[in-house]
Amino acid sequence: MAVGEYSRSDDMHTLHTTSQNPHVIRLLMGAFVLGIPEHKLRVVAPEVGGGFGTKNIHYAEEAFWTFAAKAVNRPVKWTSTRSEAFMSDAHGRDHVTKIELAMDADNNFTAIRTETYANMGAYLSTFAPSVPTWLHGTLMAGNYKTPLIYVNVKAVFTNTVPVDAYRGAGRPEATFQLERVIDMAARERGGDPIALRRQNYVTEFPYATPVAVEYDTGDYHATMDKLEEIADIAGFAARRAASEAKGMLRGLGINSYIEACGIAPSNLVGQLGARAGLYDAATVRVNATGSISVMVGAHSHGQGHETSFPQVISEMIGIPEDQIDIVHGDTSKVPFGMGTYGSRSLAVCGSAMVRAAEKVINKAKKIAAHLLEASDADIELKDGQFTVAGTDKSVAWGDVTLAAYVPHNYPLEDIEPGLEETAFYDPANFTYPAGAYACEVEVDPETGKVTIERFSAADDFGNVINPMIVSGQVHGGIAQGIGQALLENCAYDDEGQLISASYMDYAMPRADDLPFYSVDHSCQTPCTHNPLGVKGCGEAGAIGSPPSVVNAVIDALQSGGKNVAHIDMPLTPARVWDAMNG
Amino acid sequence: MIGQDWRGQPLQTTPRYLCTTEGQNPNQIIDRRNKDAFEIERPSTIADAVTALKGEDAQALGGGQTLIPTLKQRLAAPEVLVSLGAIGEMKGVCVGDDGAVCIGGATTHATVAQKAAAHYPALAHMASHIGDPAVRNRGTIGGSLANNDPSACYPAGVLASGATVMTDRRAIAADDYFQGMFTTALDEGEIITEVRFPVPQTANYQKFVQPASRFALVGVFVAKYPDGVRVAVTGASENGVFRWSEAEAALAADFSVDAIAELHVPADDMISDLHGSAAYRAHLVNVMTGRAISAMS
Repeated sequence: MAVGEYSRSDDMHTLHTTSQNPHVIRLLMGAFVLGIPEHKLRVVAPEVGGGFGTKNIHYAEEAFWTFAAKAVNRPVKWTSTRSEAFMSDAHGRDHVTKIELAMDADNNFTAIRTETYANMGAYLSTFAPSVPTWLHGTLMAGNYKTPLIYVNVKAVFTNTVPVDAYRGAGRPEATFQLERVIDMAARERGGDPIALRRQNYVTEFPYATPVAVEYDTGDYHATMDKLEEIADIAGFAARRAASEAKGMLRGLGINSYIEACGIAPSNLVGQLGARAGLYDAATVRVNATGSISVMVGAHSHGQGHETSFPQVISEMIGIPEDQIDIVHGDTSKVPFGMGTYGSRSLAVCGSAMVRAAEKVINKAKKIAAHLLEASDADIELKDGQFTVAGTDKSVAWGDVTLAAYVPHNYPLEDIEPGLEETAFYDPANFTYPAGAYACEVEVDPETGKVTIERFSAADDFGNVINPMIVSGQVHGGIAQGIGQALLENCAYDDEGQLISASYMDYAMPRADDLPFYSVDHSCQTPCTHNPLGVKGCGEAGAIGSPPSVVNAVIDALQSGGKNVAHIDMPLTPARVWDAMNG
Repeated sequence: MIGQDWRGQPLQTTPRYLCTTEGQNPNQIIDRRNKDAFEIERPSTIADAVTALKGEDAQALGGGQTLIPTLKQRLAAPEVLVSLGAIGEMKGVCVGDDGAVCIGGATTHATVAQKAAAHYPALAHMASHIGDPAVRNRGTIGGSLANNDPSACYPAGVLASGATVMTDRRAIAADDYFQGMFTTALDEGEIITEVRFPVPQTANYQKFVQPASRFALVGVFVAKYPDGVRVAVTGASENGVFRWSEAEAALAADFSVDAIAELHVPADDMISDLHGSAAYRAHLVNVMTGRAISAMS
């Protein structure tokens, strides 16, 4: 959906669009497509119902309706039909990969070699080449200390809809191939897939991988320990026996994952070929009466920034969360930010917000010191009160903020009036959320239908600000991962016609396709390089879940005596049956 | 005057929704606003509906579960829609003097699921699993049968029951009614007013759903009558719903899963698509038939 507007009185173009990334859309559309100077172009992306990467991309329609509004001198609204969306929104994934894993006689991983053909579609979408390259190749070490890794990615043009970022973007593909080949290796060596993984885990940090990134911290054994507990791995044999008693095959699939999130250190991704800065920005505007508006470059489309960001400010200053509002999604209101994707909002934009809030607090302390006739260094802020250390002299947050805007008794010779600060934050490194997932399935040997019976996720996201939001993100991510593993397929016929262009043929996961999840994020190794110690949680579920689902199905088929090594996603009943009877 | 602005004033230029064809007289204007307009009539008796359907390019509208999406996609553009939803004499479930369950042509799946449960549980159960609650509260038995979607559930229930399709002008036996994918014995303007189901001794419907649409990838309705067994299969064949006569004969002799275990439907005429090959569908016919028999034993 897009609405273009044009105001002749001030030559101002406005685009309302369902985007995750309003500033970047403005930059791309203004500078590179329409030639409209940025100060004459406003992009508004208000409450958007989910983004998932697909809305991170600059679409032709956005430019067209911005242009059209001026051409006809009136607002123009356009809404795609569902089938148009299937045929024009960027698709996801679509890699064809050959992966080889070498192990020594003691089952230590010695080398990995991959060759990937990454479909770009018929023409390049905004971030398409980033996905199979620096978002994918850099993750091929996984959680493992493999000394030699060779990754060869060939991006290819085809006649399909363009393929671009989709929740996880490159990292699900890396995780899938690695965790599938490890499972095959465990089966071939007759070993335990958990033990094989544990044996090869990276355990010392920081760890520089052979593929360009350095993991700052993590504890992969801790998440696997937690997984074994919450997934009740020990009880699997009894559950398998119960399934077999009713004629079903039961399988258990395990995998680890790691992702590079908090996207991204600008200089590193620049070296890797990305052509964007990936900092973020926040302005903390304190009003005279002490309430706060935080203008953030991150974009909230279901992540709950309106809840979690004020929690941070509230804790820093000691005022209630309802005194703090988050403003986002309008280039005329917020500083130049880089939007929301890549599990980056809290790690990058949240860090900018913390830096801006620190500046505000430092200035407020100077004002408080003046009001209390004390030295700056002696002022402490706690529970919304500035206190002179070791005394009972104090002044409330609201009195200080009022003084900043009504500067009668105020050190005007030393500091400016007002209380508003902006910070830009460029991360020093990616963050590296990691974890371990387990899926249990039943496969109907007569029909090939897969039913997910249990799904467990043990994640390490570093510090957690709002556990309920984090659980919700993991739940949604797992639903998407299960959708990818079992259901979703952008399919073309031999003539290149898209044959999954409606929900009659494109299978979205629905509630009854999914089990109750068991998720845990109590394993926390805080990120070492951002002020909140957070790593990001938006993509983990989608990255970690597909391999455990497929590993579980293969395990089920093998338990039923079917010699099936691999099935390509989605594992529809027909594909599973074909594999069993192939 | 070639148009008005929002204040009702005449426009000086051609408004954007009024398009001229290039090279033609610019005063010859095609009003794109009304391209897909249609009239709707809501008769309250069968007789009025029959009259209304004699109009040029008139189309009967049942619950609209297929027709409305078709209109939205601009794949059909009738001049007149004749809604059958206000005809009281075409709604409801009752039991006839001969014991048959009689369902009015404009009866929704939800009503059948509820009202037929005591009389023909397998049919009611089938109706209760069509689509989702929104579909079941709009979609009608007559609409489903008139459309004869090759993946719909009702054709299997009707054919397996040897039901009679009553129209405004005649009675059509189920064996004569279904004539291939989206094709029926209905004439132009003919309305399904009622469907009469002889109640079997026992029956069961097994549906294996297509993962996206949740229509039947393969659905098998088995009904056992004193004079024989009828097995109707939907979802599978290029020719729409069909009777699996080989299984019927085997089951008439021995009503058990074993009786059909070694039987196979030929895959030749089966649908092959994104969701399953012809061989897979043929296999599922056997599996679902077996499960229906198991459920009845």
